[in-house]
Amino acid sequence: MSEKFKVTIDNIVIEVDPGTTILNAARMIGGDIVPPAMCYYTKLQGSGGKCRTCLVKVSQGSEKDPRPMPKLVASCRTTVMDGMVVQNITSPEVIEARKGVVEILLINHPLDCPVCDQAGECHLQDLSFEHGAEQTRYEFKRRTFERIDIGDKIQLHMNRCILCYRCVFTADQITNERVHGVLNRGDASEISTYITKAVDNDFSGNMIDVCPVGALTDKTFRFKNRVWFTKPVDAHCECDKCSGKVTLWYKGEDVIRVTGRKDQYGEVQDFICNTCRFDKKKTSDWTIEKPTEIDPRSVISANHYEMEHMLPVIDKKIM
Amino acid sequence: MAQKILLKDIDVPGIETFDVFRKQGGYSAVEKVLKTMSPEDVVEEVKKSGLRGRGGAGFPTGMKWSFLAKPEGVPRYLVCNADESEPGTFKDRYLMTKLPHVLIEGMIVASYALGANTSYIYVRGEMMPQIRILEKAIAEAKAAGFLGENILGSGYDLEIYVQPGGGAYICGEETALLESLEGKRGNPRIKPPFPAIAGLYGCPTVVNNVESIAATSWIVLNGGDEYAKIGIGRSTGTKLISASGNINKPGVYEIELGLPVEEFIYSDEYCGGIANGKRLKAVVAGGSSVPILPANLILRTVNGEPRLMSYESLADGGFASGTMLGSGGFIVMDEDACIVRNTWNFSRFYHHESCGQCSPCREGTGWMEKILHRIEYGHGKMSDIDLLWDVQRKIEGNTICPLGDAAAWPVASAIRHFRDEFEWHVNEPKAAMEGNYGLAHYADPLPVPAAPSELVK
Ligand SMILES: Cc1cc2nc3c(=O)[nH]c(=O)nc-3n(C[C@H](O)[C@H](O)[C@H](O)COP(=O)(O)O)c2cc1C
Ligand code: SF4
Ligand code: SF4
Ligand code: FES
Repeated sequence: MSEKFKVTIDNIVIEVDPGTTILNAARMIGGDIVPPAMCYYTKLQGSGGKCRTCLVKVSQGSEKDPRPMPKLVASCRTTVMDGMVVQNITSPEVIEARKGVVEILLINHPLDCPVCDQAGECHLQDLSFEHGAEQTRYEFKRRTFERIDIGDKIQLHMNRCILCYRCVFTADQITNERVHGVLNRGDASEISTYITKAVDNDFSGNMIDVCPVGALTDKTFRFKNRVWFTKPVDAHCECDKCSGKVTLWYKGEDVIRVTGRKDQYGEVQDFICNTCRFDKKKTSDWTIEKPTEIDPRSVISANHYEMEHMLPVIDKKIM
Repeated sequence: MAQKILLKDIDVPGIETFDVFRKQGGYSAVEKVLKTMSPEDVVEEVKKSGLRGRGGAGFPTGMKWSFLAKPEGVPRYLVCNADESEPGTFKDRYLMTKLPHVLIEGMIVASYALGANTSYIYVRGEMMPQIRILEKAIAEAKAAGFLGENILGSGYDLEIYVQPGGGAYICGEETALLESLEGKRGNPRIKPPFPAIAGLYGCPTVVNNVESIAATSWIVLNGGDEYAKIGIGRSTGTKLISASGNINKPGVYEIELGLPVEEFIYSDEYCGGIANGKRLKAVVAGGSSVPILPANLILRTVNGEPRLMSYESLADGGFASGTMLGSGGFIVMDEDACIVRNTWNFSRFYHHESCGQCSPCREGTGWMEKILHRIEYGHGKMSDIDLLWDVQRKIEGNTICPLGDAAAWPVASAIRHFRDEFEWHVNEPKAAMEGNYGLAHYADPLPVPAAPSELVK
C-alpha cells in the first residue's frame, strides 16, 4: 500500500495520493466545493495557474508545518500535503477574490453571447452566472480584434479569448509542429498562428474543444444552431488516427457537429482527429452508443431529457 | 567618508581595463578562492556576511546559495540578472559601465562557490554599450587566464556568456529571465519548482543581481564577518542607491546601510538637498514598485524615530506607514510634483509591461491606468478613487509573479497617503489641470502616537 495524504477541503476529509493537486482532490470529492477552472486541463501538460479562478485558501499547510500559506494559491497547480486544510467556498476571502477575477475576465469581454456559438456550453458564462456582478464597473472602450480564420475549419474570435493558453498547449503538445502561440504582451496579447497561417495538422480541431469560451469555434457548425436545441449522442467509429470516440450533436436527423467526449468539467476524454470531427457528418459513419450524459442543470439538458420526476398531472376540474 | 566597497576605485583612470583593475588588486579574490578555499568555504563566508539580494527582494544570498540542489551529473548554473528595468533604478548599469571587472570577478567567485562551469549575464537589451563592455572584459579576463579551462591551474573551468534581453521589464523576474534565456517567450514560471531545484534547462540554478554578485569578491577577501560589521542589524554592508528626481545631485551613491534618510537627501556627500530651494513632498525609496511615502513619513517613522536607509527601517510600519528598500531606486519629489500624474505614469508602465499571463494583472493593470488617466485629465469621479482601491486589492497577492503586486502597491500607497490630492483632482478639475496641489500638509510633523495600538491603520 502506498502512502496516502489526508486533506480537508471545506471541512470534508479525503485521502489522496501524494502529488495530487488541491483541485483534483476537490474533484474527487465533487459537488459545490470544486473550484472553477478556466485554464487548467488535465490532458495538457503545464496548463493551469493563469486564470486565477481556482484560487483557494490554505489555512493549514500540512500536519508537520501547520502554518497557513500567506497568499491564496492556485488550486490547480498546488499539490496537497499530508494534513493540509483548504478552504474554498467556506472562505469569504476566496469568494471575494474569485468575484474579482470574474469581473476582471469580463471587462474586455464583448458579452456577445446572443451571437456566440459557445453560448450554453461556455465556462465563462457559467462562471459569471455564479460569481459575477449584475453590472460592470468598467466604463472604457473594450479591446477589439478582427476575426481570424485559422485554416478553413476554425475561426478565432480573439475578442472572446481569456488567454487561458489551453489552445497553445494543445497546438504544442498534440500537433507535431508548433505554429500557434501568443503574440504581444499584457492586455495586447493575442492568440495567433504566425501571421494567420493555417494550423495544418490532423489534430488541430481539438483547439476548439479545449477553448473554454467562444474564441475558437468550429466553422462547419457556425450559426447552425444553439447548442440547447441540439441533442448529443455518444458514438464511435473505426479510425486509424484517433480513438474514434466522439459526441455527435444532432438537430433532428442531421449530425451538425462532432466533438470529443467531455466530462463534467468540460475536459475531453480523448483527443479526436480532424477527419472524425469535420468530415464524418452522416449517421451512417458512426455506431451510436447512447445519449450523452449531461449535467441535468445544464441548458443543454433543458430540451431533451425526461425529467427525473414527472410533474403531477393537474386535474383541471378541481381548480 | 563612508566605506566604499563596490565603487572604491571608480575614480582610478582606466579602471575599466583589465590591467589597471589588476594593478589595483583586482582578481585577487579569484586567486584566493581557487587556491585556498573550497566552494563550501565561499558559501559559508557569504552566509556570514549577511549579504542580502540587491535585486529587490532582499533574500539572503548565502542562504539562497546553500539551497542549490546538487544532483550528480547535472550541470548547475549561475545567472546574473542584469535586466535592470525598474523605473528609478540604474545602479547596475553604472557599475557595469564603469567597473565591468568587479562584476566579472564576482561572477567567477560565485560560480566557483556554486560549482557552475557555465554562467550567464542576462543584460537588458537596451544596454548595448554595456554588453560590449562586458564582452571586452570577459575576453580580457580570459586572455589573462582567469576564465576558460583549468583557471590558474586549479582544475576549475568556467565560461561566462553575455545574453542580451529582448527589452521587457518582466524578463527581470527571475523565472521569466530563465525562459527568455532558453529562447522562449518571457513568461514567469509558476513556482514551485524554484530555480534552485529546476532552473535553466531544468537544472539547478541561482539567479542573482549584479550588485549581489559584485559584492562577493570583497567578502571572500576580507571575510564575511568584516562585511557584517558594516551596516546596521540585518542590513549588512553597503548598497548602491540610484538617486533621481528633484535633487541637486542625482546619481549613483554607495552608502553604508543604516544611513539616515534625512542625511542621504540633504547632505552634500549624497543628494545635496532638494533642487531650486524647493521643499520635499514625497519619496519613492526603492524603485517604482515600492509604496510612495510623504515627506513626514519618509524622514521619520510613526514612532518619531529617524528613518534609516536599511531594509528594516524603511519597512517599519508595514504597508500602513512604511515602504521598502527594494532595488534602491530613490526617487525624490518636490512640492511641485503631482502625485496623481506620477501614479498614472507608474501604472502606465506596469500596464505596458505585464506579460499578460494571468488575468488579474493582464486586465487589472490596464483598468487602473485608464481610471488614473481619467482622474489626471479632469474627468474623474469620486467613486473612481474607491474603484481604484478595489481594483488594486483584487490584483495584489492573486497573481503568478510579483509584477501584479508591484503594480498595485504604488496605487494603494498613493491613495492611502495622498487621498486628498486625488479628491482635489476630482472636485477641482480645472485647477488641477492648470496648477498643482503643492506641498499641502505632507511635510507636517507627525503626532507621535501614545501607544503602539493606535498605529493600526
Ligand atoms: C517584475 C520583476 C522585475 C524584476 N527585475 C529585476 C531586475 O531587473 N534585476 C534584478 O536583479 N532583479 C529583478 N527582479 C527580482 C528577481 O526576480 C530576483 O529576485 C533577483 O534577480 C534575485 O537576485 P538577488 O537575490 O541577488 O536580489 C525582478 C522581479 C520582478 C517581479
Ligand atoms: S482561444 Fe480559447 S483556448 Fe485559446 S487561449 Fe483563448 S480562450 Fe484559451
Ligand atoms: S503577474 Fe503580470 S507579469 Fe506576472 S505572470 Fe501575471 S500577468 Fe505576467
Ligand atoms: S484553473 Fe487554476 S489558475 Fe486557471
